[in-house]
Amino acid sequence: MNMLVCVKQVPDTTEIKIDPVKNTLIREGVPSIVNPFDGYALEAAARIKDKDPSAKIVVLSMGPEQAKAALKECLAIAADKAYLVSDRAFGGSDTLATSYIISETIKKVEELEGKFDVIFCGKQAIDGDTAQVGPEIAEHLNYPQVTYGLEAEVDGDVIKVKKEVEEGVEVIAAKMPAVVTFTKPAWDPRYPTIKRKMAANRAEIPTLTAADLPTIDLTHAGLKGSPTKVKKTFVPQKKTGGVKIKEETAEDSAKKLFQLLSDASII
Amino acid sequence: MNFHFTPDEQDVLDMLHDFCVKEVAPIAAEIDETERFPEETWHKLAEMGMMGVAYPEEYGGAGLSYVNYIGVCEELAKHCATTSVMVSAHSSLCCWPIAEYGTEEQKQKYLTKLASGEWLGAFGLTEPGAGTDAAMQKTVAEDKGDHWVLNGSKIFITNAGFANVFVVFAMTDKSLGTKGISAFIVEKDFPGFKVGAHEKKMGIRGSSTCELVFEDCIVPKENLLGELNKGFKVAMTTLDGGRIGIGAQALGIAQAAIDDTVKYTKERVQFGKRISQFQNTQFQLADMQAKVDAARLLIYRAAQAKQDHEPYSHLAAMGKLYASEAASDVTRRCLQLVGGYGYTREYPFERYMRDAKITEIYEGTSEVQRMVISGWMGVK
Repeated sequence: MNMLVCVKQVPDTTEIKIDPVKNTLIREGVPSIVNPFDGYALEAAARIKDKDPSAKIVVLSMGPEQAKAALKECLAIAADKAYLVSDRAFGGSDTLATSYIISETIKKVEELEGKFDVIFCGKQAIDGDTAQVGPEIAEHLNYPQVTYGLEAEVDGDVIKVKKEVEEGVEVIAAKMPAVVTFTKPAWDPRYPTIKRKMAANRAEIPTLTAADLPTIDLTHAGLKGSPTKVKKTFVPQKKTGGVKIKEETAEDSAKKLFQLLSDASII
Repeated sequence: MNFHFTPDEQDVLDMLHDFCVKEVAPIAAEIDETERFPEETWHKLAEMGMMGVAYPEEYGGAGLSYVNYIGVCEELAKHCATTSVMVSAHSSLCCWPIAEYGTEEQKQKYLTKLASGEWLGAFGLTEPGAGTDAAMQKTVAEDKGDHWVLNGSKIFITNAGFANVFVVFAMTDKSLGTKGISAFIVEKDFPGFKVGAHEKKMGIRGSSTCELVFEDCIVPKENLLGELNKGFKVAMTTLDGGRIGIGAQALGIAQAAIDDTVKYTKERVQFGKRISQFQNTQFQLADMQAKVDAARLLIYRAAQAKQDHEPYSHLAAMGKLYASEAASDVTRRCLQLVGGYGYTREYPFERYMRDAKITEIYEGTSEVQRMVISGWMGVK
């Protein structure tokens, strides 16, 4: 069993503050963490490895050199190997370009680590919140995909995933190789161990660049390969008060609501 | 001179901090209230490698520095003093004498399981009539040829209800006084051994503190720890190291009290001001922090000396004396700053005060520390 987990280093959004004058995020002093959903993906892989100790977990991240800190955290928790893909030419990539670069990188990492049976991702990153990169990797690679996974189990040549849906849980089997994205399960990811942490501190993490990816088409990468353009970022205005309608009966509440909407000439 | 942990050491403490915030702090009040031993925390710490931080990897430990271990005791105590002493009694008082005085066979059999945290350890020296006067041991060990027979009892034994292995002291030659005491490794299932009543305590209430009873307890010949009749030295050198761990526990309790008081005084408003704006609050907290930092330097110096195999008995005594008295003083003053709310069990301040008190008593009272220090000074 050969597993790849894609992770992103993100600012800890619980610590983020907004500059009240410039209306932008204050990034200074905000700690970087492994995207929590990617942590759940890593834990799902680790649980498969608990049952099959011969399984291998490789982690891959795209980002600047400092993203190696996030990869080292993954090594301290459960990963066996880590790769960073980083190049100036990749700067400004939107989700489509990012997923393309990652899918091209996966082909290269497979030359070194063997073909992956599964590719696990978090359902989304807590900074961008797009939930697009995982599914797009599956499309680029032409693999089946299961999103919003809670748990995954290997059964012969299929991966069986418990998928969170509004009404409850679906169990979906996908033929491997497959891509699965994970959401927050009922359990917490495991803690790193001292032994793994010390080994991670000493691990050499290779950086792959555009030059290492012979089949990549750079017109699909970076700013110029990105059809999405961010025009502006702003802090939404805080909503003020509002009116609470809580009459004695539901009928009275409905009447009051009707009256209010009518008075405001909305209906 | 360097006052920083190495990056690796700091990483271990950061890892532990994360763990404590999620797993240790949330249950600290509950285990105090219900006097419940946090057994699950022992197993989780073992999983991480925190139960044998400073022991070699070949014996199941994490192979890190002694200074790092002391940092671990301090960090744990910031979140829960009970959890800190669970680790330090296990590591300082049971793993250490086996690592230091044990035969290769004893280390293979016991230290590997203890340092990995699979087993929990304890230490039995104190008896009803032998507290500070530890030489007054009534527990006896008789040589029966191919085994020892132990009779007697021990009290106030930390971790007793959950420990798998105990390092126990008994008289092997009553006529020789302290020169007739020997140390033994006792497993919880040895015939004739049982753990007695659980003590109801003022603080560290989750800690399992019990009596040990030996009734014709059969101990295999090879479980003598160290040389025959040299047990008093085993006990005293073990306690020298234990004191650094207790000093670190005191540091953690005191720092937690200060940190929580700073937070509280910045929120609490009286006379139209946050009480942190009053100079009394500011000066009190400044004094307390200076005192705790002074204690921290004494404790770290003792730990560094032990790590460097320099004489440290007096340094450990100074550190423990100062840190434990600082913890009692600081926690009492913090509670005073918080006032009525601090006296309620809704807040942790009263628990800090109760937990701090024991650090002045166990592993050598403050008076014993003064004896050790003045003895080292040659004041006779």
